[in-house]
Amino acid sequence: MEYPSKLIEEAVNQISKLPGIGKKTALRLVLHLIKERPESTTALSEALTNLRSQIRFCKHCFNISDHEVCSICTSHRRERSIVCVVEDTRDVMAIENTSQYTGLYHVLGGVISPVNGIGPADLTIEALIERLNTASSEIKEVILALSPTMEGDTTAFYINKRIKDLPVKVSTIARGVPVGGDLEYADEITLGRSITGRTLFN
Amino acid sequence: MHLKELKLTNFKNYQEVRLDFQSKINVLVGKNGSGKTNLLDAIHYLSLTRSAFCADNFVIRLGEQFFFVKGLFQTGKNLEEISCSLQSGSKKVFKEGVNEYGKLSDHVGKYPVVLIAPDDTELVKEGSEERRKFFDSIIAQLDRQYLEALIQYNYALKQRNSLLKIFAETNSFDAVALESYDQLLIKSGDVIFRKRKEFISEFIPVFQKYYSFIVADEVALLEYKTELDRTGLEAGLTSNRQRDLYLQRTNFGIHRDDFHFILGGGELKKLGSQGQQKSFIIALKLAQFEILKNHKGFKPILLLDDIFDKLDDARIAKLLDLIKRDELGQLFITDARPDRTRELLEHINVSATIFTVEKGQITKI
Ligand SMILES: Nc1ncnc2c1ncn2[C@@H]1O[C@H](COP(=O)(O)OP(=O)(O)OP(=O)(O)O)[C@@H](O)[C@H]1O
Ligand SMILES: [Mg+2]
Ligand SMILES: [Zn+2]
Repeated sequence: MEYPSKLIEEAVNQISKLPGIGKKTALRLVLHLIKERPESTTALSEALTNLRSQIRFCKHCFNISDHEVCSICTSHRRERSIVCVVEDTRDVMAIENTSQYTGLYHVLGGVISPVNGIGPADLTIEALIERLNTASSEIKEVILALSPTMEGDTTAFYINKRIKDLPVKVSTIARGVPVGGDLEYADEITLGRSITGRTLFN
Repeated sequence: MHLKELKLTNFKNYQEVRLDFQSKINVLVGKNGSGKTNLLDAIHYLSLTRSAFCADNFVIRLGEQFFFVKGLFQTGKNLEEISCSLQSGSKKVFKEGVNEYGKLSDHVGKYPVVLIAPDDTELVKEGSEERRKFFDSIIAQLDRQYLEALIQYNYALKQRNSLLKIFAETNSFDAVALESYDQLLIKSGDVIFRKRKEFISEFIPVFQKYYSFIVADEVALLEYKTELDRTGLEAGLTSNRQRDLYLQRTNFGIHRDDFHFILGGGELKKLGSQGQQKSFIIALKLAQFEILKNHKGFKPILLLDDIFDKLDDARIAKLLDLIKRDELGQLFITDARPDRTRELLEHINVSATIFTVEKGQITKI
């Protein structure tokens, strides 16, 4: 595509790198920004810069957090004996929305997929094992709540293998979630039920 | 089962075509490059959800943005409309009636076709992958569990090989990670091994029957070759582990299986004449036809591409014999020479509907 301005071209190139956004959509967004008042673009770019420079991950559970330790890990109302292992923050949000779960989380940051360059060492699995091993750990149960895809299954197999000799119970969410589907897309009722009806991992 | 009607829009060199076929013999005649093979490919596409010859983006007519194919299949009293549309850049949509299939694999196997193009000797000449693909595609059409095991095995194999590369690049090793894929390979590989063995023992006698029918005094052999005959998958993976780490790929398993084609005690690829290779391929395809027929309970559609051009008289006579005895179901035959096929069919006294193909236009004679 030919652009009337280098500035527009550069903005379009950057925005179209985002997932799900093609050049056409990017151009529409850019033209929209130009039409709006300059302040709104400043606010947008500031929000993005702050997001990237100040975002942190909870040092216990690796969920996205504004502080060193996240609000779930610091809450007094959460059960500390149970940890739910999920792929990313979206899964934490989905499970929180069910209101069925009152324990803690552990966010892996992905699933094992060497084809995409992600080995076990690229996830927070070692940190999970350390968390279970610390003397002060109150954790009695680990729930593996991963998407029922081949990647999710392999990751669950791997984690179970690594922690099965520790004195914790390992369970997996019941398969109310459609097979081959993503956790994120499961409706709240199904997801809530599959957490309460979790089964022992074998 | 037969194809009653076919409608093509922007499929290869066809802009817009609608055709009625008869339930037995349909002949397509026309000059080289007129679109005869393309029409067979459209039927192949409707049956197996893909072209027999090329990738999806080459199927859309040059300069267009989409293609559409629709076929009306009759099985007994039951009429079913199958359609497929593909917009370039989007996912293809396959429908039975008005209902879209969730997975393409749900459609594969419902309306089986067998394509015989005697010139295509890849099956004989190329590496073992071509032969595995040939048999895998037949077994997968008969057995859902086999298809699922194949998908799982291929997934685990790709992941395991990438993992081996990561180990080498980062100078690390994680036995549990390797084991995560090994257990998947073992589980699915055992299913594939068992079912290949079972299938080939059913396939061999049917194949041999057809080979000796086509070539009277020769014996052809077919053998399933697998390392799993001697060593189980689990033991094989364990004993190859050092080698795998060194070579950064998996050196044991059903992805190394082969099917040996043997003629007169020697390897067909090296010793077989061109004619013998063609006969071998035709016998394989006719056996595929009969096995699919036995399992499905009806005859698959048979697509014969340029068969009269590429075979000698003796072999043609054998095929005509099968047609005369009504052992084949609905047939689509292409021929660049209009009179030859007509004469051959008149000679054995069977009637056929003849279509003339000319630059993407088709007329019934
Ligand atoms: N996507 C496409 N768009 C337009 N034309 C195409 C497309 N794909 C193939 N063709 C054309 O179709 C023609 C080939 O058709 P086909 O292979 O069916 O011929 P044929 O009648 O079988 O010929 P032969 O007798 O030589 O086997 C070629 O001229 C080719 O350019
Ligand atoms: Mg042709
Ligand atoms: Zn936390």
